[in-house]
Amino acid sequence: MSQTEWWASESFWRKTAIWVTAGSFVALMFLTLDSMSEISAGSKRVPAYSVINHRIDYVFDEKRNFQVPVIGAEEPLFGKKLTEAEAEALVSHGKLTTQAKNCMNCHTLLGNGAYYAPDLTKAWLDPSWGSKEAREQMMVGFLMNPQDSLHNGIGRRMPNLGITESEARATVAFLKWMSSIDTNGFPYNFKPIDQSDPPPADAPVENGSPVQQQGG
Amino acid sequence: MATLGRLDSANLNGGQKLAVKYFTVALALFGAQILFGLLAGIQYLKPDFLYGVLDFSVNRMVHINALVVWLLFGFIGSVYWMLEDEAGIPVVGLKLGNLIFWIFTLAVAAVVVVYLLVQIGPGDHSSIWLINEGREYIEAPRWADIGIVVCVLTFFYNVAGTFAKGRYTGVGGVLVLDLIALFGLYLAGMFYTPNISVDQYWWWWVIHLWVEATWEVLVGCLMAYGLMKTLGVRRKIVETWLYIEVALMFGSGILGLGHHYFWIGTPEYWFTIGGFFSALEPIPLVAMVVHSVFDSGTHKIKNTNHPALAWIIAHAFGNFFGAGVWGFMHTLPQINLYTHGTQWSASHGHFAFFGAYATLVIAFFYLALQKWRGDVWMSGGLAGAWRWKWAMVLLNLGMIGMVMAMLVSGYEQSQIERAIEGSSWVGYFVAQAHPWFVQGMWWRQIFGWMFAAGFVLLVWDLLTIGRSERRPALVHAEPAAA
Repeated sequence: MSQTEWWASESFWRKTAIWVTAGSFVALMFLTLDSMSEISAGSKRVPAYSVINHRIDYVFDEKRNFQVPVIGAEEPLFGKKLTEAEAEALVSHGKLTTQAKNCMNCHTLLGNGAYYAPDLTKAWLDPSWGSKEAREQMMVGFLMNPQDSLHNGIGRRMPNLGITESEARATVAFLKWMSSIDTNGFPYNFKPIDQSDPPPADAPVENGSPVQQQGG
Repeated sequence: MATLGRLDSANLNGGQKLAVKYFTVALALFGAQILFGLLAGIQYLKPDFLYGVLDFSVNRMVHINALVVWLLFGFIGSVYWMLEDEAGIPVVGLKLGNLIFWIFTLAVAAVVVVYLLVQIGPGDHSSIWLINEGREYIEAPRWADIGIVVCVLTFFYNVAGTFAKGRYTGVGGVLVLDLIALFGLYLAGMFYTPNISVDQYWWWWVIHLWVEATWEVLVGCLMAYGLMKTLGVRRKIVETWLYIEVALMFGSGILGLGHHYFWIGTPEYWFTIGGFFSALEPIPLVAMVVHSVFDSGTHKIKNTNHPALAWIIAHAFGNFFGAGVWGFMHTLPQINLYTHGTQWSASHGHFAFFGAYATLVIAFFYLALQKWRGDVWMSGGLAGAWRWKWAMVLLNLGMIGMVMAMLVSGYEQSQIERAIEGSSWVGYFVAQAHPWFVQGMWWRQIFGWMFAAGFVLLVWDLLTIGRSERRPALVHAEPAAA
């Protein structure tokens, strides 16, 4: 029997397997350390929880060539400005609610989950809520009694999950915070709800009606 | 010596007696997975079906959790099956292993009962600890997580202890190191954080580094053993291949994790790292196809167990197409932007889990049945062979049909919901209502029933195969050279 070439030998491949695995794992550890610092709450990519005190928009960025979240003027959720600690407690309650109610086995969050119901990444910005003024209350009302609402033309309805008012408000806070995460342009080509301020009473008038500001 | 063809546990060694218990539970959970998959599939077509009783979220959760647990039970059983053969001595700590089997099984039953009857809880930590964690694939409540850790530690003690005391083969060495990684990774999913980006970062450590790294290496070990058993391939050959596969699998799969980090808030450098390494992930799967087909050819497909070898070959191709090709099709960020979180993912998920894992566990079911019946003949001219052949045809065609149907729906969704409608909720429902999408869901359901029929036939076959055989199994002449 001829002698095995070095490149076909067991010991060469055993060593290769060990070095490749160890090298990949070490690289992953360094990347993980860096990623953790980039996505901790309060970083540029993942804003602090108190971002829910502000308007959040999703605007096309020329340089990156996709939409990015933009933190705007102060616009406290439910009209109440929260401290960082209060905001974190509220968002955390909302996140716990999404886990306890098993949202992820119908919906996707950041695109991960099940595909029976819409993605929630930009739920806060979805145009379906109509106007930004009505949005908060509509979301709370929907979460508490989804079974009675009109959803779509195909008969799929969210069941009543026994969500209390405080859980619903917390969930809305969580969704608002999640919409501020920089997801590298996912979802793409999204048309957010019009959040522009109504024109002041003395705004210039064109053809008898106030000039409409264009939403994103 | 026991009568050939009669099911007699005296034919099995200690580890194998435990293995068949794990296999039995695995098969039952496989059935549960199919049942709840069918229910969830019907809800896509008839949304009022079981609405408010067993909602889609519940059915889907049981569907994917039964999948994870039946495969884990199948893997654990397969390792116990080969352990004494490989190490050459009885399993160390087998009594404890037996006890843990019962605890593990009872815990799984308790979790499922709570999933079905309690379903959800209030939005606080008690729900996560007692009812369900609400994180896809690892929904098991925290108490069960801790129980799982205790169970797998015992299993690991059995495996590592037996190899340490007996013969440390190459397969054994890879297996032990892989199990450390596999179970260590589970810990990465056992914490709570309000930060969903951090949550999903570590969640993918568990999911991806399981199914696209450590599980793949585990099935590599099982396949090595399976090829030695069925074809009589020389150990040196399968072990060299195993090392090559480990190098390629971990070399591509560990950093291939990056393809899950495109859209969860993580930095843009993951586009490059995830795209590049995940594009390499199919390579080890090609190697496995080459390996199994080449070995089969070398041995002129003369093998001791036709159904087991057939499922091993199905595994090699299923792994390559389901995990490799279907994964690669949408792994690059430029396309994943449109396909992420659509029926594309479902198509890939079904094909990969079945092709890479279900197939190989089924192969081990057949290895077990053969020996359980006294090492009975399972080669050509096997009595009642139509059953395993038709079970295989129905299961594979059923799966391919489901996969193709979901792919059509996925294409439609990527185009209409994502590219045209801009991913809004209205866009989502416009796409879900589209006839192309709906047709895909109907075909998926029809092929789901075919798959279920294949499962029924598989169970029937496993209960009866070899029963009327009186010939002893084919014996390989020790190959002098290959």
